[in-house]
Amino acid sequence: MSFSGKTNQPRSWGRYPTVTPAEVRSVYWRSELPDLAHFEQPLLPYAYGRSYGDSCLIEGGVSLDVSHLRRFISFDEAEGLLCCEAGVSLADVLELVVPRGWFIPVTPGTKFVSVGGAIANDVHGKNHHKAGTFGCHVTRFRLLRSNGERLICSPYENSKLFEATIGGLGLTGVILWAEFRLKPIVNPFIDMERIQFSSLDEFMQISAETDQKYEYTMSWVDILIGGRDLCRGIFMCGNNDQSSSLASKKIGKKLPLTVPFDFPSFVLNTFTVKSYNELYYHSQFSKRVHKVLPYEPFFYPLDSIHEWNRMYGKRGFLQYQFVVPFQDGFAAMREIIGRIRHSGEGSFLTVLKTFGTIQSPGMLSFPRPGLTLALDFAFDGQKTLRLLDELDEIVRQSGGAVYPAKDARMSAENFQAFFPRWQEFSYYVDPHFSSSFWRRVSHANTLAMV
Amino acid sequence: MRILIIGATSAIAHETAKCFAKDGAEFFLVGRSLEKLEDVGNDLKVRGAKRIETYVLDVTCLDRHQQMIETAITTLDGLDMVLIAHGTLGDQQKCQRSVAETMKEFTTNCTSVISLLTILAGYFEQQKRGCIAVVSSVAGDRGRQSNYVYGAAKGGVSVFLQGLRNRLSKSGVAVVTVKPGLIDTPMTASIRKGLLVASAKSVGEGIYHAMKSRKDVVYLPWFWRPIMLVVRSIPEAVFNRLSM
Repeated sequence: MSFSGKTNQPRSWGRYPTVTPAEVRSVYWRSELPDLAHFEQPLLPYAYGRSYGDSCLIEGGVSLDVSHLRRFISFDEAEGLLCCEAGVSLADVLELVVPRGWFIPVTPGTKFVSVGGAIANDVHGKNHHKAGTFGCHVTRFRLLRSNGERLICSPYENSKLFEATIGGLGLTGVILWAEFRLKPIVNPFIDMERIQFSSLDEFMQISAETDQKYEYTMSWVDILIGGRDLCRGIFMCGNNDQSSSLASKKIGKKLPLTVPFDFPSFVLNTFTVKSYNELYYHSQFSKRVHKVLPYEPFFYPLDSIHEWNRMYGKRGFLQYQFVVPFQDGFAAMREIIGRIRHSGEGSFLTVLKTFGTIQSPGMLSFPRPGLTLALDFAFDGQKTLRLLDELDEIVRQSGGAVYPAKDARMSAENFQAFFPRWQEFSYYVDPHFSSSFWRRVSHANTLAMV
Repeated sequence: MRILIIGATSAIAHETAKCFAKDGAEFFLVGRSLEKLEDVGNDLKVRGAKRIETYVLDVTCLDRHQQMIETAITTLDGLDMVLIAHGTLGDQQKCQRSVAETMKEFTTNCTSVISLLTILAGYFEQQKRGCIAVVSSVAGDRGRQSNYVYGAAKGGVSVFLQGLRNRLSKSGVAVVTVKPGLIDTPMTASIRKGLLVASAKSVGEGIYHAMKSRKDVVYLPWFWRPIMLVVRSIPEAVFNRLSM
């Protein structure tokens, strides 16, 4: 599989901002690691560039490309315990384990991320309310620090470094390999139900009804409808299918499409987004639809279109994902949706989900109980940045947080409010490591200035 | 399926081996570094290999070839296939200034392969079945000023294989000449790459299929066959004016 979009210049998925490292250094073997202390510029691991903003980039630094550390190390098929190098992608893992009756415990919306990146961003998926984050299933990993130490980190060994590295955005050192638990499946199919809803209240009601019954839930939403209902959408929930008769059923391979060039920037605008939403919402004729489908279109609908980020054109786009707690979150959500609608910025793909209460070991882990909404905005200069700053304020006042893996612009002040353990975390940051994101958000004196 | 792979830690060899591992093959992996052999071996084991044996050898030590091949045959209790995939992309400029450097490149990329093939040919000829595949290169199809030392070594291998195929076809042994173009691997990390670069994975899969279907000569990816046909047919007088 070629990971399209990967060039010599490390980029992030949102293609904003453009950041130029001083050097890209590839790591090929665990037995041939560079001496990290010898680099003059700060370092940051990089693999497939699927973070959206600048958390995987380092201006003027050394981008350590670990995508060649892509070998499996061991697989205990009885226990479902897999150990592999950090550059192994979740696609590689799925290709290996699905035919043997196992699945990734928690998967983000793309399988083209590395295992190291899944840990560093403590990614979550449609089953957060049942399984927590990816970091909850990691049993141990080996971390290379710039002083040459190669530490095993687990809940029992170097446990603080373990907690700092999960969700630690690559700043605590280079993860060389990791071991994590898989979950057993009977077959590679998902029993899915799609339910139309016409307001945020209805979403909350369906969510409450389905959360216990379904392992996986998420909703596509249209937030541009206005009025008291705030949004409409399609609630998707599913469980791993349990019938053994499907276990040997072959899944036809569809060739992925590729977006061949950068779309002109006018292609995605409020009008096209509204039309798309209208079509998508009404593509389902009845209120509830039942379907059994292979896991790939259920978990990774966008992976079938390679380089879909080019639809936003050269200007790139900003993803914005926040979580607001259940108590005050409803008012905050109402305010945010209203603010976006008035701004006239359309979000092509908007996803709404509830996070559960399972606590991740990660110090900087993003998910916390509440409502989370993920949006993307074509980058339109100051206008977009101002809108997102306004949204940050609302999120902050409600006691929520914005997701660093998708961020390219949040202020130090807001970051420090979203992640109260950031100072404890910064103690574990490797002195030779940094990122463009970290430089921006870790100014210690910002709070004092306010 | 019992397979001997020489140069087993090369990206192309590893990708080929992954395909055979899925079929549950048994491997005898040869390379210079034990740690790297273990990394590759573990990966193949997870992917389904029934058995992994490793052997540390620098192929430029020609006098150790006999012993290595005998060990492979006794350990795996016979061999069904061999893949020779080791090689270095030497520095052409350095070679032009130094006989020693040129000879070193030749030993690695040509004479060591010929030595291995000479020993293996006898075994396979006697066994009257099996498959020998060797990673040569499109660079061996015509000498060019930018890399003719590497090209000549690979060209030597290609011609040797041509003759060997002619000889072993009588014994039912397949000899596969693999001619990859520019592949994205650690060996080519320093080369600027354009449109024609292929992934090691696709080339590895190509080698796997070529070995299974006992092809004679395969260009990987396929489009290098017409390209090299054109390159070979340019008259010398014209070719000399080009800087390729």
